[in-house]
Amino acid sequence: MDLAFSDDDLAFREDVRTFVAENLPEDIAESARRGRPISKPDIQRWQRILYDQGWAAPAWPAEYGGTGWDATKRYIFDEVMAEFDTPETIPFGLLMVGPLIYTFGNDAQKARFLPTILTGEEWWCQGYSEPGAGSDLASLQTKAVRDGDNYVVNGTKTWNSSAHIADWVFCLVRTSNEGKQQEGISFLLIDMTTPGIDPKPIISIDGAHHLNMTYYTDVKVPVENRIGEENKGWTYAKFLLGHERISISEVGLSKQRLRRLKTIAAEERSHGESLIEDPTFAGKIAAAEVRLISHEYLNLRLLAEEAAGRPIGAEASLLKIRGTEIRQELTELTIEALGYYTAPFEMEQLSDRWNEPAIGPDYAAAQMPQFLFSRAATIYGGSNEVQRNIIAKMVLGL
Amino acid sequence: MDFSLSEEQQMLKDSVQRFVRDEYELEARRKLVASDIGYSEANWAKMAELGWLALSLPEEYGGIGGNAVDTMVLMEEFGRGLVVEPYMTSIIIGGGFLMAGGSAAQKTVLLPKLAAGELKLAFAYAERQSRFDLNDVECKAEKSGDGYTITGHKGVVFHAATADKIIVSARTSGGSRDEDGITLFLVDNNCSGLTRRDYPTVDGLRASEVEMDGVTVGADAVLGSVGGGAALMEEVVGLAIAAICAEAVGCMDVLQETTNEYLKTRVQFGVPLSKFQVLQHRMVDMFMECEQARSMCYMVNLKVGDEDPVERAKSVSAAKVQIGNSGRFVGQQSVQLHGGMGMTDELHVGHYFKRLTMIDTMFGNKDHHLKRYADL
Amino acid sequence: MDLEFRDDDLAFQAEVRAFIGANLPLDLQEKVSRGLHLEKDDYVFWQQKLNGQGWFAPHWPEDLGGVKWTPTQHFLFQNEQVEANCPPIMPFGVRMVAPVIFTYGSMEQKQRFLPSILDSTAWWCQGYSEPGAGSDLASLQTKAVRDGDHYVVNGAKTWTTLAQHADWIFCLVRTSSEGKPQEGISFLLIDMTSPGIEVTPIITIDGAHEVNSVFFTDVRVPVENRIGEENKGWTYAKFLLLFERSNSLTGSLKQQLHRLRAVAGQERLGAQSLMADPSFAAKLADYEVQLRTYEFLELRTLGNSQPGAEASYLKIIGTDLQQLASELTLQAVAYYGNPYIRDALVLGYNQPAVGPDYAAPSAPQYFNYRKTAIYAGSNEIQRNILSKAVLGM
Ligand SMILES: Cc1cc2nc3c(=O)[nH]c(=O)nc-3n(C[C@H](O)[C@H](O)[C@H](O)COP(=O)(O)OP(=O)(O)OC[C@H]3O[C@@H](n4cnc5c(N)ncnc54)[C@H](O)[C@@H]3O)c2cc1C
Ligand SMILES: Cc1cc2nc3c(=O)[nH]c(=O)nc-3n(C[C@H](O)[C@H](O)[C@H](O)COP(=O)(O)OP(=O)(O)OC[C@H]3O[C@@H](n4cnc5c(N)ncnc54)[C@H](O)[C@@H]3O)c2cc1C
Repeated sequence: MDLAFSDDDLAFREDVRTFVAENLPEDIAESARRGRPISKPDIQRWQRILYDQGWAAPAWPAEYGGTGWDATKRYIFDEVMAEFDTPETIPFGLLMVGPLIYTFGNDAQKARFLPTILTGEEWWCQGYSEPGAGSDLASLQTKAVRDGDNYVVNGTKTWNSSAHIADWVFCLVRTSNEGKQQEGISFLLIDMTTPGIDPKPIISIDGAHHLNMTYYTDVKVPVENRIGEENKGWTYAKFLLGHERISISEVGLSKQRLRRLKTIAAEERSHGESLIEDPTFAGKIAAAEVRLISHEYLNLRLLAEEAAGRPIGAEASLLKIRGTEIRQELTELTIEALGYYTAPFEMEQLSDRWNEPAIGPDYAAAQMPQFLFSRAATIYGGSNEVQRNIIAKMVLGL
Repeated sequence: MDFSLSEEQQMLKDSVQRFVRDEYELEARRKLVASDIGYSEANWAKMAELGWLALSLPEEYGGIGGNAVDTMVLMEEFGRGLVVEPYMTSIIIGGGFLMAGGSAAQKTVLLPKLAAGELKLAFAYAERQSRFDLNDVECKAEKSGDGYTITGHKGVVFHAATADKIIVSARTSGGSRDEDGITLFLVDNNCSGLTRRDYPTVDGLRASEVEMDGVTVGADAVLGSVGGGAALMEEVVGLAIAAICAEAVGCMDVLQETTNEYLKTRVQFGVPLSKFQVLQHRMVDMFMECEQARSMCYMVNLKVGDEDPVERAKSVSAAKVQIGNSGRFVGQQSVQLHGGMGMTDELHVGHYFKRLTMIDTMFGNKDHHLKRYADL
Repeated sequence: MDLEFRDDDLAFQAEVRAFIGANLPLDLQEKVSRGLHLEKDDYVFWQQKLNGQGWFAPHWPEDLGGVKWTPTQHFLFQNEQVEANCPPIMPFGVRMVAPVIFTYGSMEQKQRFLPSILDSTAWWCQGYSEPGAGSDLASLQTKAVRDGDHYVVNGAKTWTTLAQHADWIFCLVRTSSEGKPQEGISFLLIDMTSPGIEVTPIITIDGAHEVNSVFFTDVRVPVENRIGEENKGWTYAKFLLLFERSNSLTGSLKQQLHRLRAVAGQERLGAQSLMADPSFAAKLADYEVQLRTYEFLELRTLGNSQPGAEASYLKIIGTDLQQLASELTLQAVAYYGNPYIRDALVLGYNQPAVGPDYAAPSAPQYFNYRKTAIYAGSNEIQRNILSKAVLGM
C-alpha cells in the first residue's frame, strides 16, 4: 500500500498543468467557471487542442490514439483538468461508443469512426431508452428488420441527450422476438442525417433543451453499421453501461463543484459574517467534503484493482450511487448558499450574449439550473434504485 | 382540542377547490406564468368577488375577519393549484402589516381597497448581505423636512412590478443589524428615485431588484412606529410563514398522490412499479412526511396568534423547519420516482418540486429556523 | 379547529398531577428519572397505587373497572405520568391481554382473569414470537393438540419479555395445519407454573435480562383457557397488535428530552456547556422540532377511536425518535459512555459514580433502544402495512 505519487508522476502533473495553463482558451475557462453551458463549437475547439497534444482520449489504448498512461497518470490528468475548470468531456463518443467500437467493432468500423471521435468532429448520442423501456431496458421495442444489405428501423427512442446536435446515434434495436428479451437485441450505429429520423425536443425542469424524443420511421441502416453479431447487442450494451457508471462517479467534477461552493459561501454574507464562517453551514460543507474524500478513495482503490488486472464489476454501481449523491448534495448546498438569489430565473443570463449586469451576485444565475438538472443524475445511467438492486444481487448475493 | 374544519371553512375549501379546478389546469397556469404580468387580473378580480381578498382583513374595514385557520384552508388549496396570484404578498403580508401597524388613516384608506382588489402591495426586505436576517438592514431613511429620504437596494422583492405600493424596511437609526431603528415605509411604486429590474423566478412567480436613490416620502408613509419595525416584521412574517406552510402542504399532497398513482400505472419488468418494496417504503416515507407537515401546519396556524411571544416564535420556526424537511424529501423523491418523466417541464411534478424548493428559502430556510428555535 | 384544552381537561390534568405528587415516592421517582433498573415490586407498587384511585385500567369498559375519559384525558393521563417519572405500566396484562379477554373472552374468563390483572397480583407475558416466526408470525409452529378437556402444548417461544416474572402467558399456538397458516391458530392462556414450561434467559446487548426463551414440553392447558373459537386466534392476535402499537409515546419522548437537556447542560465543551455549542444545539433543536411534530400528529389522530393506519406511522416515527434521543444522550456524555459497571444501574450503588452520575445508563439505553424498531411489528413491517392499507400499493 502506498499513497504517494512517484517523482515521475509529480513531474507529469507539472507537465499537464503547464500545458493546460498555456493552452486552455480564456473565454472557455471563464464560461466554465461561471457554470454557463459550453457550446458545441467551444467543446470541439478544446478537444482539438487536446487531440493535437495526443491527449484526447487518455483511457484508450495507445494503438487507437490513446495515451497508454497507467491508472495513476489518468487520475492525475483528470484532477488537473478539474483544477483548471476545463469543459466536461461529453461522454457519448469518447467514453461510451469509442471503447465499444475498439472492443467489439471490426477493422472497418474502427477506421471509420474512431478518428472523428478523437478529433471531436463527429458527435454521438445514445439511443437506448424508450417510452416503455426505461429501467427495464431489455423490454425495448424499436424494431430493425433485415432488408437486403440494410436494416429498416422503426420505433421511438426517448431521453436522448444531445440528439439534436449529434451526427450519429448508437442504438439498441430489436432484431428478434424469440427467446429471452435480452437475446433479440442488436447494436446499430446510425447516421442522424438518414431520412426518417426525427428528434423532437423535451424541455427539462431546468428550462433547457438537452433531451429529445427521437422517432424512427423506415430508417435504412447499412448492415455494416451493426456492431458484432446480430442479437448479441445486449452484451455490448452492458459493457457500455459499466463504463457509463464509472464516468458518472465524477470525482474531479465534484471537487470543482466543492471549490465553487466554497468560493460562493465565502462571498455570501450571513449575520454580518461570511457564510462560510457560519458553524452550521461550515459543518455541512465539511460533511460533504468528507463524503467526497471517501468516494475518491473508493475510486482509487477500484482503479488500482483494475490496474492489477481485476476488472471493475458490479462495484461500478457503488461509484455511480455515491458519485451522483455527492453531486446532488453539492449542487443543493450551492443553491442554499445563495439564499434569496436562488429565486431569479432569467435564462438569458446564461447566454454569452447577455451583457447587462447580473441579478444579484454574478455567480448566482448558473446554480439553480445545475441543481435542477443534477436531480437527473440519480435517474440516468441506471437509476440509483436499480444500482442498489445490482449490488444486492451481484456483490452481496441477495 | 379540535382539529376539524367548521362548516364555513369546509365551504371555503370547496369553493377554492372549484376555482383551482376551473382556472388552474397545468396548461392554463403555464400561460399565466408566461404572460406579461405573470398572473391573471381576471383571477384577482374573481378572488375579490368571492371574498377571498377580504378573508383575513378586519370587518370594520370591509374585510371578513377570518383567522389564520381560514387562511390556511385557502392557502392549502392554492398550493394544490400552484396559484401564482400575489395573494401572499398583497393580502397576507401587506394586509398583515396594515392591520398590525397601520395608522387609523392608513387602515381606513387602504384596507377596503385591498379587500376590493383595487390595491396591491409588496414587501421589500431582503438585501444582498442580509440573507435571512430581517433585521440586517442597510437601506437608509433619513429625516428630511416632514418626511424621509430613502436610499438603498432591496433584492428579490416578490410581485413588486404589479404592486401599487411597496412596503420597505429601512434604517432610521442604529447599526446594520440592530433590532432597534428599523422603520417600515409605504412607498409608491411609481415614485421618482425608485427603479426596478423585474424578472421571473424559478418557481413561476415574479420578483424585482428595487433600487431607491433618494426616494422621498411623507411622514404619513411610516407604517407602525419609527424605529419599531423589527417587532412588526416578526409578527407579520410569522403569519406569512404559517400561510406558506399551508401552501406547502397542498403541494406535497399533490405530489404524494400523483407519485403513488404513477407507481401503480407505470409498468417495468412486467409489473407495476408499486410492486417493488423499496418504492413502497419510499412512498410510505413520503406519506409520513406529508402527515407530519400537515400536523405542523395545523399547529402553527393555531398558535400563530399565541400571546406568549416565545411560544409563538418557537411554533413558527418549528413548523418552518418541518415543512422545509418534508418538502425537500417529498419534492426530490417525487422527481426520482417518476424517472425521466419527473425531469420534464411538461409534467406538473417538476413545478411543484421547484415551488417546494423555494418555499424552504422563503422567510428563512430550515437551518435558519433551527438556529432561531435553538436560540429562543 | 382549536388547540385549547377544555376547562374540565385542565382540571383533570391538575388532579392527575396532585395525585402523582402525593403518591409517588421520591426514591422511585429518582430511579425512573435517572434511568436505573426497576424491580418487579416497583412496577407493582405503582400499578396498585393507580388501581386504588381507580385509574389503572382507564381504557377498560366502565363496568369492569374502566373510566369514562375523553381521548384527550387519556392522552393527558399517560403523558403526565411519564413526565412526572412514574414507573411505566407493564402492558402485557392490562393493555394487551385484558382487552382481548373483555372483547372475545367468555363470562367465566372475564371473572377469573380481569380482577387479578387489575390489582396486579397476576403478571402476564406475551408468547407470540418463535425462533422461526418473527415478522412472519403466522408461520408459528408451537403445537397444541386436543386431548380430552386439555390441549397438550409443545414448542418454543422466544423473546418473551419478563417471562421470568410472569404468572401467566398468553400464547398463539397452532391447532391446525390445514388451509392458510392464519386459519389454524388458537389463542391460549397458560399458567406459567404448569409442568413442562421452562424459562431460560436471553441477555440483550445492553447486558440486561429482559427477554427469555420459553420452552413447552407436553404442557397441559385446560380447553376452557382458550379465548374464543379454536383456529380463530389470529383475529384476536391482530386486535391485540393494534393496541400494542397505539401506545402514546409523547410523554416518554419528552422525558428523554428532559434528561438529554439536563445532561447537555452539565457537559462541558471548553469553557461553555455542550448546550451552547451551535452544532449540538442544532441537533437538539432538530430533535425538539421532530418531537413537537410527533406530538401534534398524535393529537390530530387522538379522536379516532379505533387505532388504524395512524398506529403504524406513529410507531415508526415515535420509535425513531426514541432511538435518536438515546443516541444524542450517548453522544452528549462522550467518553463516559464507555465505563460499564452493572451495579451502577441499581439505586443505592454506593461507590462514587465513574464520571458524571447521569452517564452510566446512557450506553445501555442506547443499545437497548435498538429494540424499539424491531418489536411490536418491525418498522419495515409497519411500512409494508401502510403501503398496502393506506396507499393501496
Ligand atoms: C437527463 C436525462 C438524460 C438521459 N439521457 C439518455 C440518453 O442520452 N440516452 C438514453 O438512452 N437514455 C437517456 N436517459 C434515460 C435514462 O436512462 C432513463 O431515464 C432511466 O433508465 C430510467 O428509466 P425511466 O425514466 O423510464 O424510469 P422508470 O424505469 O420508469 O423508473 C421510475 C422509478 O422507478 C424506479 N425503479 C424502476 N425499476 C425498479 C426496480 N426494479 N426496483 C426498484 N426501483 C425501480 C426507478 O429507480 C425510478 O425511480 C436520460 C434520462 C435523463 C433523466
Ligand atoms: C427486546 C424485545 C422484546 C420482545 N418482546 C416480545 C414479547 O414479549 N413477546 C413476543 O412474542 N415477542 C417479543 N419480541 C419479538 C418481536 O416481536 C420480534 O423480534 C419481531 O416480530 C421481529 O421478528 P424477528 O426478531 O424474528 O426478526 P425477523 O422477522 O427475522 O426480521 C429480521 C429483519 O428483517 C425485516 N423483515 C422481515 N420481514 C420483512 C418483510 N416482509 N419486508 C421487509 N422487511 C422484513 C425485519 O424488519 C427485521 O429488520 C421482542 C423483541 C425484542 C427485540
